[in-house]
Amino acid sequence: MASLLDPIFQGLLLGGLYTIFAVGLSLIFGVMRLVNIAHGDFIVLAAYLAHMVLTLTGLHPLAALVIVVPLMAGLGYVLQRHVLTRTIGDDILPPLLVTFGMAVIVQNGLLTAFSTNALRLPAGAIETASIGFGGINLGVLPLLTLAVAVALIAGLEFIFARTRLGRAFRATSDDPQMATAMGVRTPHVFGLAMALCFATVAIAGVFLAMRSNFDPFSGPARLLFGFEAVIIGGLGSFWGTLAGGLILGVAQSLGAQISPQVQVLAGHIVFFLILAVRPRGLFPKTA
Amino acid sequence: MSDILLSVDRLSSGYGDFQALFDVSFDLPRGQVLGLVGANGAGKTTLFRAIMGLLPRQEKMVAFKGAPIGNTPSDQLAKMGLALVPEGRRLFRSLSVEENLRFAAEHGRKGHWDLSRLYGLFPILKEKRNLPALSLSGGQQQMVAIGRALLANPDLILFDEISLGLAPVVINDVYAALPDIIGSGISAVLVEQDIERARKSSQTLICLREGRKVLHAPSHSVSKHDITAAYFGE
Repeated sequence: MASLLDPIFQGLLLGGLYTIFAVGLSLIFGVMRLVNIAHGDFIVLAAYLAHMVLTLTGLHPLAALVIVVPLMAGLGYVLQRHVLTRTIGDDILPPLLVTFGMAVIVQNGLLTAFSTNALRLPAGAIETASIGFGGINLGVLPLLTLAVAVALIAGLEFIFARTRLGRAFRATSDDPQMATAMGVRTPHVFGLAMALCFATVAIAGVFLAMRSNFDPFSGPARLLFGFEAVIIGGLGSFWGTLAGGLILGVAQSLGAQISPQVQVLAGHIVFFLILAVRPRGLFPKTA
Repeated sequence: MSDILLSVDRLSSGYGDFQALFDVSFDLPRGQVLGLVGANGAGKTTLFRAIMGLLPRQEKMVAFKGAPIGNTPSDQLAKMGLALVPEGRRLFRSLSVEENLRFAAEHGRKGHWDLSRLYGLFPILKEKRNLPALSLSGGQQQMVAIGRALLANPDLILFDEISLGLAPVVINDVYAALPDIIGSGISAVLVEQDIERARKSSQTLICLREGRKVLHAPSHSVSKHDITAAYFGE
């Protein structure tokens, strides 16, 4: 029993990272029904950006967030206002095609600029620090990742439920035409949603890069894990996304106990099973 | 000449290749109510959507407070003081009653109407303020839709099918609010299926048929026969 407890806890911590990958996808799908195929590649772009900041300033990766988060948020706003806004409509195909194109551009741009050499953000002492807990060692960095994931989910839930911006997000999502007729600049609201999404992308990039190596082609797998977390949790629900991320993390961690090759496959199988039983995910927002 | 709030000049509009409105013109003086009647498909909703900028029209076709607004986007029209109570109410489904109202107040203008005044006008909404907007009865939803328009403190409200699908007693409740609304300095264009009610509530009556204006007369002097003839054609 104790031998299973350890991978479950490690899986929950891994799920924290997947939740951070997923939360931005959940956000923009909830507000504008947009699926961003390049989500994972922007996470990797943020990691490279953080690496540049570290090289230039010598800051700790966590301190570099102060620079990387606003830069990525700005990029998100500009991309939404000038590119993605043209793809939003009744047809779901254009956003998929355009963001797929962005994924190719980002991957090959990073390849040209940084080569295929794998990089990592050195995080210093917290990389290896751990806390003993009833015979189980929990890494400080994974614990911090999970804490950030929960804070992000709670923060977004608060913004959506309680603030003026959140009301604008929900109203614009419900009926963009009526929201416009009531004085909302819809493209601006969508731009803010994408900026918020890209802020989470920046956090995802930094935490990914402190934890593992990354190269220009690390993005698609992050998209996949994030996407699975969103779908398991149910579209439109932030707490569902957290649940989805944790379930996916635990599934992978338990799979790795069988054999290292089974890790990723186990996650996909659990994703498939949950979809088969509950096609709308565990906690779909709209009945 | 009194102060003209809304001026529609040879307005034509439609959906893609389908033209639904042909050369409709009228002026609405400030402080007045214009009744708009006509059969289904006569172009009433199209007229509203074209005025609000939700359908194509040309610069000079619509003027609001003396300025041409035919090229002005909808969100700016809202800030200029134009509000719509749409057919079918179109409340925001994921917002509560009060959130629907607060959303309107946050993106509209400041003025006479605030949340507490509105709850004074429709006390039932205060009671139900934390419920999902779509869980209310049709009449109460209509009150929320009207409340949303009021909280933007507009100069002009376009009421589309204000009593459609409501029980007669509820319609009376909704209409009981109209004098307070007009009394607060808001003008209105009122689309109403009940011709007698449209006539009593307005100063001027317009009848549309097949996208064209077929009657335009002072409400008090127009005869039932004239309206019937205009409504159904020859």
